[in-house]
Amino acid sequence: MHLYELTIHEARALLNAGEISAVELTQAVIDRILAVDNAVRAYITLTPEAALEQARAADTAFRQGQALPLLGIPLAIKDILCTAGIPTTCGSRILENFVPPYDATAVARLKAAGAVILGKTNTDEFAMGSSTENSAFFPTHNPWDLERVPGGSSGGSAAAVAAGECLGALGTDTGGSVRQPAAFCGIVGLKPTYGRVSRYGLIAFASSLDQVGVLTRDVTDAAMLMNVIAGHDPKDSTSLDAPVPDYTTALTGDIRGMRIGVPREYFIPGMQPEVEAAVRAALQRLADLGAEIVEVSLPHTDYALPVYYLIAPAEASANLARYDGVRYGLRMVGNSLEDTYQQTRGQGFGPEVKRRIMLGTYALSAGYYDAYYLKAQKVRTLIKGDFDRAFEQVDVVVAPTSPTTAFRIGEKTEDPIQMYLSDVFTLSLNLAGICGINVPCGFDAQGLPIGMQIMGPALGEMTVLRVAYAYEQATDWHTRRPPI
Amino acid sequence: MEYEAVIGLEVHAQVHTRSKMFCACPVMEDTGDLPPNAYVCPVCTAMPGTLPVINRRAVELTLMTALALNCEVPPVSFFARKSYFYPDLPKGYQISQHGLPLGMNGYLDIQTEAGPRRVRINNVHLEEDTGKLYHVGNVTLVDFNRAGVPLIEIVTEPDMRSAEEVREYAERLREILVYLGVNSGDMEKGVMRFEASVSVRPKGSDVLNPRHEIKNLNSFRALYRAVAYEIAHQIEVLQNGGRVLQQTMGWDEGRGVTYVQRRKEYAEDYRYFPEPDLPPLEIGREWLAELRERLPELPAARRARFVREYGLSVSEADLLVADRAVADYYEMAVRAGTVNPKTVANWITVDLFRVMRESGKGIRELPVSPQALADLIGLVEAGTINMNTGREVLDEMVVTGKSARQIVEEKGLAQISDEAALRAIVERVLEEHPAQVAQYLAGKEQVAGWLMGQVMRATGGKANPQVVRTLLGEALSSRKREAGSR
Repeated sequence: MHLYELTIHEARALLNAGEISAVELTQAVIDRILAVDNAVRAYITLTPEAALEQARAADTAFRQGQALPLLGIPLAIKDILCTAGIPTTCGSRILENFVPPYDATAVARLKAAGAVILGKTNTDEFAMGSSTENSAFFPTHNPWDLERVPGGSSGGSAAAVAAGECLGALGTDTGGSVRQPAAFCGIVGLKPTYGRVSRYGLIAFASSLDQVGVLTRDVTDAAMLMNVIAGHDPKDSTSLDAPVPDYTTALTGDIRGMRIGVPREYFIPGMQPEVEAAVRAALQRLADLGAEIVEVSLPHTDYALPVYYLIAPAEASANLARYDGVRYGLRMVGNSLEDTYQQTRGQGFGPEVKRRIMLGTYALSAGYYDAYYLKAQKVRTLIKGDFDRAFEQVDVVVAPTSPTTAFRIGEKTEDPIQMYLSDVFTLSLNLAGICGINVPCGFDAQGLPIGMQIMGPALGEMTVLRVAYAYEQATDWHTRRPPI
Repeated sequence: MEYEAVIGLEVHAQVHTRSKMFCACPVMEDTGDLPPNAYVCPVCTAMPGTLPVINRRAVELTLMTALALNCEVPPVSFFARKSYFYPDLPKGYQISQHGLPLGMNGYLDIQTEAGPRRVRINNVHLEEDTGKLYHVGNVTLVDFNRAGVPLIEIVTEPDMRSAEEVREYAERLREILVYLGVNSGDMEKGVMRFEASVSVRPKGSDVLNPRHEIKNLNSFRALYRAVAYEIAHQIEVLQNGGRVLQQTMGWDEGRGVTYVQRRKEYAEDYRYFPEPDLPPLEIGREWLAELRERLPELPAARRARFVREYGLSVSEADLLVADRAVADYYEMAVRAGTVNPKTVANWITVDLFRVMRESGKGIRELPVSPQALADLIGLVEAGTINMNTGREVLDEMVVTGKSARQIVEEKGLAQISDEAALRAIVERVLEEHPAQVAQYLAGKEQVAGWLMGQVMRATGGKANPQVVRTLLGEALSSRKREAGSR
């Protein structure tokens, strides 16, 4: 077995036992990146020297007997999270040369826990996309089939984890951007409750939906990363001031007596039959483990997509107004102030970002606000109500993460609606502000991974991790590695 | 036809908290010589990924302003994003309030020539200031020191009818803001800015005509002149059969005229929506009650009390109350001594104000405590020194910080009230100036004043003038009788 294939908890055991060094581990992962990333293209920026420096420091710390939770563990960061002194592009030309003077809180917490930062992973521009094809620089390729997308927008992080180019990674999830690429790449992806992880330093797409999440090779690793990054941050007024449990204590393997809801609205005509079959089989597996399977209804599911595509672009249209060429980032000097704005933003933003800025600007305009933005917020409340009622009956809700497995690069780029539909099962959760995790639950005929989504109530991370872990222990999907 | 003006006012007041509205950068008063972009951070320059955190003190001061202006305060208030592009606005939106601001439906009573008038307050809300642009040659530079400084905006209903009323309202409002400690009230440092909406209509009508909004008025004088100009200008337009269009105007201070900035049909759409980075602001009733408790006595109430309690005239009370520090000083001085409050008021408004004017210092910066002033007045009242000596002693106190008693003793300034000693001096002076005495006896009575001066001079100014006046009168009368009997 190669060192780069280790899970975080396996690597930690070996590091603690002194059987491997952090430098060996980090070097192995860097070598792996150098070997495969020309094909996968998971990284926008690599920081191998700094990573080895951190690994050496970790080895010194080990010798001194320090026991930080992620000491010497090489991780990747989605390029939408600010990293002090390291370019943070957001997958956009407009921030191509932007070097933040500060770390995102989630990144700072990883560093404080001893993690080694390998670099910044590719993303759809400003996290707007479901395939990583909207990156201004290049698309990332799915390690299971290089002709296919890794999902998005955290496609770089998902592909890097799947391909052994890091042991785990941070992503962000505004409408499914952690869970959907995790499903496409056959790994675990956890989207925490809104406010559970600080958004400080996460470059905003849609402020009321954005949340930092983790991408890992198994459920235990996800719990370990959550232990480090979760918690209140005075710099983020929307972060929750609730105690952080030890998430690894949820990993008991015992789900007897738990009630699992299956939403009838999530099994729709047009979805890939193999996906439905795999998720149905997984539900049977959960029943075999002693859980009770209950059909539930989330009646406003159909509205999630239109509601999301009003609220998210509306917030984005304001969040992206700061990219004006005045203080940082791309600046194209025009003949006038107006012209400078138009040149800078016209050349700095890609087509999908422009589309969403226009959508959002329209939705917030005088005369349309009530009909679009305000109405969408009301329906959002109804969607949240659906989940509140469901969680009165069941502990978690289980559904497919995406209606299909990974599609081909270029297959949906011409049709934004088809692309948006790829997130149809993940958007509701962000609108409701609750948590969910993707776990691998099978493969289709082409050998592409299928993901199952386990959704829990606000601050229900312990519950979803418990179900995910029990399922994972009863199956071996998570042990399969892509052919690359 | 007779016209009347309909005027509403928006006032922006900087809030001088220690830190800015949404970050930890210090709030600096604009002294004109701060290094540019020295008081900035990633948050107030809108670096990607940064988030705002509400300054609780700014909210408290806004709530106190709302309470002082008799506003309703909702149990939950929201911040909103106001979107527009301008280089002094780092985020491309301003965090402001829109719907459920911190204060609503209040009023401020003012005195006008026509009697008292109630100016209704539509709302009091909290927002952040922008940066400042400097046009240098053909480039524009931006300074973000001011970006993110908390601003209270106070919006009236169109309840004022003349430029005088607008000025009165603005001055009374400034007084309140200073009393609450919102800011220094120092207009030259731009801590208050005005925006007036002016329209006119036939007197007695209740229509609201299209209005001119005059932006960026930074002094009471500019406010008064711009409003007065607009009223006269609009009446003239109407009288000539013209129409007033809804417009945004600028004010040309040099030429004393307003000018069109833009027509309202191109009005900006600010696309307000609730700020998702800030949770709703819950204003607990206990917190509000505590703030109400902490409200100082406001200028209007204090003015009335000064008249009632200390027997001051309204204009004396005005002079003292206009500055909270002066009013506080006055009350401390009254309490420190046993002298008549009216006398204390006189000393402060005449002599201390003169000293403050000459030294350019505020009353709290003077080395003369209220107790020290009360002691000085006590010496004058007791006749130990006379009024003129008292003034000299005050000047000395301001320079040296010594007590009045110490100065009087060191300089031997205590006045002579001993009648026997003074009578001798009076007799001597009359002997020495027979010509003037003769003039007096011939009926030129004003010479008495000159003789009085000679006596004072002979005592080095230390004579008790009242005693001297009596003695001199007696001596001259007896000479008159003698002359008459001859």
